[in-house]
Amino acid sequence: MTPLLSVRDLSIGFGGGDPVVQDVSFDVMPGQTLALVGESGSGKTITCRAVLRILPRAAQVRSGVITLTGPNGSLVLSDLSERQMRNVRGDRVSMIFQEPMRSLSPLHRIGNQVSEVLWLHRGASEKQAREQVLATFERVGFPDPERAYRSYPFELSGGMRQRAMIAMAMVSKPELLIADEPTTALDVTTQAQVLGLIKELQRETGMALILVTHDLGVVANMAEHVVVMHKGRVMESGPAEPVLSAPAHPYTQQLFNAAPSIPAEVAPVPPLPEDDLILELNNVSKTYAMRAKSAWKPDVLIHACRGVDLKLPRGKTLAIVGESGSGKTTAARIALGAEPPDPGGEVLFRPKPGAEPILVHKMTRAQRTAFQREAQMVFQDPYSSLSPRMRVQDAMTEPLEIHGIGTREEQRQRAAEMLKRVGLNEDMLKRYPHAFSGGQRQRLSIARAMMLDPSLIVCDEPTSALDVSVQEQILALLEEIRDGMNLSYLFISHDLAVVARIADEVAVMRQGLVVEQAPPNTLFHNPQHPYTRALIAAQPVPDISRPIDLKLVAQGAGSPESWAEAFRFGDAMIPSLVEMEPGHKVRCHV
Amino acid sequence: MALLRYSIYRFGTMILTLVVVSVLVFVIINLPPGDYLSNQIAELQASGQSAGVAKAEFLRKEYALDRPLYQQYLVWMGFIPGPQGFSGLIQGDLGWSFEFDRPVAEIVGDTVWLTVVVNLAAVVFVYIVALPLGVLAAARSRTWVDYTSAFIGYLGLATPNFLLALILYYYGRQYLNIPIGGLMDPIYEGMPLTWEKLKSVGVHLIVPTIVIGTAGASAMMQRLRANMLDELGKPYVETAVAKGMSPARMLTKYPLRVAFNPFVADIGNLLPSMVSGSVLVSVVMGLQTIGPTLLTALKTQDLFLSGFILMFVALLTLIGTMISDILLVLLDPRIRYEGRET
Repeated sequence: MTPLLSVRDLSIGFGGGDPVVQDVSFDVMPGQTLALVGESGSGKTITCRAVLRILPRAAQVRSGVITLTGPNGSLVLSDLSERQMRNVRGDRVSMIFQEPMRSLSPLHRIGNQVSEVLWLHRGASEKQAREQVLATFERVGFPDPERAYRSYPFELSGGMRQRAMIAMAMVSKPELLIADEPTTALDVTTQAQVLGLIKELQRETGMALILVTHDLGVVANMAEHVVVMHKGRVMESGPAEPVLSAPAHPYTQQLFNAAPSIPAEVAPVPPLPEDDLILELNNVSKTYAMRAKSAWKPDVLIHACRGVDLKLPRGKTLAIVGESGSGKTTAARIALGAEPPDPGGEVLFRPKPGAEPILVHKMTRAQRTAFQREAQMVFQDPYSSLSPRMRVQDAMTEPLEIHGIGTREEQRQRAAEMLKRVGLNEDMLKRYPHAFSGGQRQRLSIARAMMLDPSLIVCDEPTSALDVSVQEQILALLEEIRDGMNLSYLFISHDLAVVARIADEVAVMRQGLVVEQAPPNTLFHNPQHPYTRALIAAQPVPDISRPIDLKLVAQGAGSPESWAEAFRFGDAMIPSLVEMEPGHKVRCHV
Repeated sequence: MALLRYSIYRFGTMILTLVVVSVLVFVIINLPPGDYLSNQIAELQASGQSAGVAKAEFLRKEYALDRPLYQQYLVWMGFIPGPQGFSGLIQGDLGWSFEFDRPVAEIVGDTVWLTVVVNLAAVVFVYIVALPLGVLAAARSRTWVDYTSAFIGYLGLATPNFLLALILYYYGRQYLNIPIGGLMDPIYEGMPLTWEKLKSVGVHLIVPTIVIGTAGASAMMQRLRANMLDELGKPYVETAVAKGMSPARMLTKYPLRVAFNPFVADIGNLLPSMVSGSVLVSVVMGLQTIGPTLLTALKTQDLFLSGFILMFVALLTLIGTMISDILLVLLDPRIRYEGRET
């Protein structure tokens, strides 16, 4: 069988520099899926963009032949004129991008943007296109296609926007779809549903798919062929089954080992002791009022947190897991005193065992200053959480200066010591953040958080912006520091696999409520709540024999009204958190 | 419907703002010590002309200038009755110019409309020039197109207006027979509006429009270019290219629409800066706009004349911002749907 797309000896470089993609070759068979796997900087994105020839202006294709073979003969894409290329783009080969939030024009209606493909390639009138677009919208799962047609992107959620992108790519029935990290920016349950959708559409239309991803779990669920890339070169390629079950190349093996996963078989563990709590949230709620559209209507109330009770024993890690909008970040902000809870909620912090607790929800100015020395934060995005205009040393000693601790020399000493603690060198103190990679920057963030010698660190998705292999290192570092310095972590994440690795206790949140809470092993051994089950089921596992169970995901990830009787909740009536077994609480009616 | 409601609301706030501005204008004019009439009375008394003094005293009574300041303001605006009953700005009585010894309405009469015409022409010129050049410079960034337009733009920014005026007048006269100075042939001054008069105004407008508009156009072009460059790097542009759109269509449909917002929002700022910026040019070029009159009125502390002109400029500004706000609501659904849950 002739391949639909064949890429031969592709090399791409920027300016006069070394090539960022070197001698890459692969074939995509009609109707099959090829996964391009690699970490950031591996050249996978540049490679797939080269197929459509939408490279950054500075990039040059140095060599290589890209051939698209259809029913009417072959086209050498790399030789086509720009005008001929336009007829291929969006018609025979279309593309889905990583960020659904930003890949649609904010000022044009969804219907207009999707129909445009048909106007361009089929010469369809607005009316003809509309019909076909509405049918596609229905197919990709918009509950109300007419409404979606009229909507602007900012009126849709991330998952819905990605569906709109898929509709845009599918409406012309292309022979090849290129999906560049199509689900990386989505919640894990949404990711599972979007992947399921792409697979179904592929089965229906018989199109081929190039899936660019860093997630081996996604590969296992989607691909027939795998190409593993590293630093612009192909490390290993072949059918998915052998590559995933017995990776030959050390780099592939390394990727495998680094990928966190939810343990398949675990035994429940005893509950955590509650005699020495460093942080305690009691009945914490947070309600935001959103201005109503009209001055005569009442404001809309948003319950970001509803009656959250959490206890963090000293030296342990408490993880809050949930999708975006679940209230996990709000809970963390309240725990840090960045926002007051609604009246009736309490946040208690005990800096030393048995000490008088600080009431975080009503601190005086002096107490706040003292509290800030004890509680620090590590942020999600290491690229924007360090000021690009401050040397590492200044960024690190700043907290000490604010609190007036030590002389300049002592501060410098401390900074050097902390750098060594996180695995960096003392001579890096004089550099600026841009000289560091993502992983190194996150080490810097951690080192900075440690400068004041805190007892509590709030980690807000500290690894979600990092590559898997780097993620693994950062998690190991966090564990090592916690155990070495007797720190306690409040760990915010959307990723159960990461949490499985580091947490001692997991609270799963949905719509401001904790729906299930237990130590991770207990939780994975016997998940009770449909939403927890959906989260676990949606986690892609790099094992072809364990595909995502879309039914479980759909059951749990839907709205709370659609859950089984025992778990259902609405605004009026919310079941309470019941202890099913020691240390395992589930929100349900018993 | 929502747009209509917004426009009405926006108009209401504009009126309110105008009232506040009127207070400020009145206070500012009265800030320097002395006023026109006191100065004149002192001068007349010194030279012993009692007839003039009597007239000045009469004027002072006539325009309620013997009353406390806040009452003077209220009479001027027409909120409370003056010596002639309600007769202030809101009733259409613009007051008396002491310097020219004529009603303000008579002095500013034509110049108000000529000012509007000149500045509108300049604004249109700014947009017509800046829009295509800005887009082109962004689309062809870092090529000779970009560099050339930037060079010409900076030249336009850096050349003093009056110098540009002289140069354009000289060469315009020499090669294209464009008339020098003024906004119409002197024979049409004070004449009713006819086709001939309109044509004369049109020909006279060419050089002033270019002179007043050039600096604004180059600044606007650079802003549009910068906005466009920001937008060109965004993923939705890539999406559009991946759909198979031609570059021209893609540019005008997507990034330009987004880059257009600040462009539209500038209308409000453009009008007043042109009115005030064109004072000097108007003097040099002998344009019968409001600028030169304002200069004289402020210098001689001619209360009602300067007050009216300042109010007029404020009105232009407010109308400009109102127009740009309403246009923005029309253009940008994110503003239109503000408050709706996203």
